[in-house]
Amino acid sequence: MKTESLWYIFINASLINNFVLAYFLGICPFLGVSGKKETAMKMGGAVTFVMLIASICAYGLNALLIAIGAPFLQLISFIVVIASTVQLVEMFIKKMSPALFRALGIFLPLITTNCAILGLALFQTNLGYGFLESIIYALGAGAGFTLALLLMAGLRERLDFADTPSVAKGTVLTLFIAGILSLSFMGFAGLGG
Amino acid sequence: MMTILIALAALGCLTLVLAILLIAANKKLHVVEDPRIDTVEAMLPSVNCGACGYPGCRQFAEALVAGKALPGKCSVSTDETRVAIARFLGVALGAEEKRVARLACAGGTNVARNRARYHGVKSCQAASLVSGGGKACFWGCLGYGDCEAVCDFDAITMNAFALPVVDVDKCTACGDCVEVCPKDLFSLHPVSHRLWVNCKNLGQGEAVLEECQVACTACGKCAMDAADNLITMVNNLPVVNYSKNHHTRIPIQRCPTGAIVWLDDQLGAIKGTESKKIVRKGQRRAGIT
Repeated sequence: MKTESLWYIFINASLINNFVLAYFLGICPFLGVSGKKETAMKMGGAVTFVMLIASICAYGLNALLIAIGAPFLQLISFIVVIASTVQLVEMFIKKMSPALFRALGIFLPLITTNCAILGLALFQTNLGYGFLESIIYALGAGAGFTLALLLMAGLRERLDFADTPSVAKGTVLTLFIAGILSLSFMGFAGLGG
Repeated sequence: MMTILIALAALGCLTLVLAILLIAANKKLHVVEDPRIDTVEAMLPSVNCGACGYPGCRQFAEALVAGKALPGKCSVSTDETRVAIARFLGVALGAEEKRVARLACAGGTNVARNRARYHGVKSCQAASLVSGGGKACFWGCLGYGDCEAVCDFDAITMNAFALPVVDVDKCTACGDCVEVCPKDLFSLHPVSHRLWVNCKNLGQGEAVLEECQVACTACGKCAMDAADNLITMVNNLPVVNYSKNHHTRIPIQRCPTGAIVWLDDQLGAIKGTESKKIVRKGQRRAGIT
């Protein structure tokens, strides 16, 4: 068990090792859903939510796998468990809170098999985090993902009004910005010791 | 050999448990939806314009089936479709008067001056960010056609003087142009609202005419002569009270600049006979005269 403070874990997951801009995980929703700040916010919320579920599942499952002496099954069982848990939660939300389902509805199936979610589950087991630490790690990762998405959406909204060269319009420019954002997030390295 | 067996057994158990859980959840948590919603949705035009007040056709269909709305709210469907939906659901048609988007500006390039040349992106939203755009009249139409671009129904075209013209037949009152106009010049009105204040200039006095020859100078003649408070002056602009009898052409005769017009289906905007005639076909020159 590591002795990092919970606050450091949060900062680490959200800024220093931002999932999108430092690990390059979850690039698909990062490029796809960053057109508008409003949808970016919703997507960020959905990802944070799924990450939290995935983190809890991965923690329990990991303990189980170690108990039966088959930790090499991590990767494959994480995928299966996370995907079906999110399915389950989706059905539950649809039944219990139609309003929440409409807000998250389209995004949930999109992110169940996303690499950012699986990455989170694998990282937290590799880092040997306990239950509380795992939850904080998931919240941090979700916050970092939301931050990256919001920054991108804000920039892209402004860019719609900018006079950009025709060769760089669309995806090209988005990738430029993603690169520069990633560079600037490198500046957080060393934060918190 | 043992490890393989453990792996197989563990994964087998895991997937089995999850499968049973999902099947059980699907049974238990299944949400029963009214099948009529799908049918009604298929009958709606599926343009998701939001004119009915709901986010999209699906939500409107849900409201229709739940009895919270009437088919007449959909201004995009044809009359036959609306009747068909009403008959299918066994509800009243709830017909409403057709509404259209109306522009409150007559300052085309032939009558309104520019105070600056704008060379940025040809979009009203972008131009308005640069100290309100190049028009001398701060409140006037910038003429780059954001409304024309945003209209899904090709109901708006820009005329020769860079003013948008709304095709009453094609307009569905979805409100996209109302939202996109940075100067808030569009508003939705029933077609029977024919007495129309065609200006948004909040300035007062003859100086306003330097900016635009057809602007309202806030002289107040229309309000003073109006019977039964039909027209009142609010913030230097006449406001027509449409709850009063507004089916009168008298106010357009009072307006010296022709800022109050009568909107006719065939003839377009009719000005008062006493108002100044402007016959200029080219662009009005910039600068102070």
